Amino acid sequence: MSRRDFNPDRDVREWTGAQRPYDILKEGVIALLVVALLTAGLALVFGSPDEKQVTIQQWSSADPVDFATTAYSELAGTSGIAGYGAPYNHASDGQFLGVTHLYLAKLVGVHIPIDPAKTFVLRPLATLPDAGTVRFALATWKNASNTERQSWLDEYGKASLSFTHGQLVATPLSLSNPVDVLMASETAMARSGALDSAMVTGGGLYTTDYTNVLLFIADGGWFATLADHQHLLGDQWGMMNETGSYPGQAWLWLYTFWYQIHPFSTSGNADVDAWGIMMLLTAGLILVPYIPGLRSIPRRTKLYRVIWRDHYAGRV
Amino acid sequence: MSTTIDRQWTTRLRRRLVEQLPPDKALPDTQPSYVSSWIYVFGVVTLSALVIVILTGFVLAIRGPQWWHQSSIGHYVNSLHLWSVEIFFFAMVIHLWGKFFMAAWRGNRSLTWVTGAVTFATSIATAFTGYVSQTNFDSQWISTQAKDGINATGAGAYFNVLNTGQMLMWHIVLLPVAAVVLTALHVVMVRRKGVVPPFEEVSK
Repeated sequence: MSRRDFNPDRDVREWTGAQRPYDILKEGVIALLVVALLTAGLALVFGSPDEKQVTIQQWSSADPVDFATTAYSELAGTSGIAGYGAPYNHASDGQFLGVTHLYLAKLVGVHIPIDPAKTFVLRPLATLPDAGTVRFALATWKNASNTERQSWLDEYGKASLSFTHGQLVATPLSLSNPVDVLMASETAMARSGALDSAMVTGGGLYTTDYTNVLLFIADGGWFATLADHQHLLGDQWGMMNETGSYPGQAWLWLYTFWYQIHPFSTSGNADVDAWGIMMLLTAGLILVPYIPGLRSIPRRTKLYRVIWRDHYAGRV
Repeated sequence: MSTTIDRQWTTRLRRRLVEQLPPDKALPDTQPSYVSSWIYVFGVVTLSALVIVILTGFVLAIRGPQWWHQSSIGHYVNSLHLWSVEIFFFAMVIHLWGKFFMAAWRGNRSLTWVTGAVTFATSIATAFTGYVSQTNFDSQWISTQAKDGINATGAGAYFNVLNTGQMLMWHIVLLPVAAVVLTALHVVMVRRKGVVPPFEEVSK
């Protein structure tokens, strides 16, 4: 039987020296009490943030032009989600990993299909009761050719949008353009709160899935403005923060760090690259005991002498 | 008769358990003299914080996910949950770095390190799913931001951070069970192998 050579970064001679009394249960109970008291104190003094959720109704009231512009981009197929790619649609290849040109999301495919025009505009409007004008506009849109639709969208896109006297107004616009009615109705529906309901409960009465409504809100500019005020944007260390002055998910600092530096801060593949790096680093952390060189760092840096200073000083 | 008893699954399991983790190792009353540093406290602090995290999570679960928005008591329990999580991660990170600089994997303790590091990663996922299940502005913003990273890996097709129900289930069932099982394994390994001895140094 061959015996491995002794490697100080892997092997150790088990301790046969002195022992000292140790009451593990007492230690555990004291630690639990101290942590419980510390938690209770911190919770009492600092509390926790609970900034109220935002709704489509609030968005359409606070910034009706941004809302209508976003709804228009969904109908026109020019919104962020319209060009997103997997898992929502086939509009783009998405991001590729590092130098591999491996489009991971595209490989996995579309599993949460979303057609922005239908999901965010046409289907909700079709749920409006007794709305003859809207029904006519929807039917006109449905029966039109792609060329006709595009000319209506182009005309609407060039119009000047304003919100006056409680109405969304697009000027100038020809009377036959159904986009005007669709956008004005979408805005009116949103301001009444009905669009929130229609989008959330699209699958029936019970739901716990808010994918559609969140994607729609996030496609607009108003939501990001609110986040900016709370210092939550990507270039403000993004989602590791939370509203108010709370520590948030500080343990995500390294993941968020990559988004702050070049080339990731300007890369179109920053998301998948940051994930790739973090997966590599996590694997490295888990496998430290097996990686020569990495596992030698503790012995070479000698920081252990601080930890075991009593032992090396011969005090124990 | 005794042969029959010896062959029973229960008997064999009990013997194996006692062999692997004898009572004096599971609940020791002495420890090596070199275990003399504040760094050793952070392991038990992490465990204690985990207990508080789970207990406060239980209380929040009893009244459901909307309770803490509507009740001052619920909000306080949520604050307890939040701060115990912050203490948990603070202690765990110090514990992890401490063990790294002790090279605590030496002497057939590699799996102890591995289970600890995997528990750290699992805990990050558990906390993240909690943040996106809050049903407030934070969860709206964090989930819509985080979706891009997760979607880019392809995982978003099955792990939809915008699906609040799915995230809540991961947060209160799947990930905590994984974290607790991993923590239990980690602690058993620590007790079995004991605390790693210091590096041997040649005296000058």
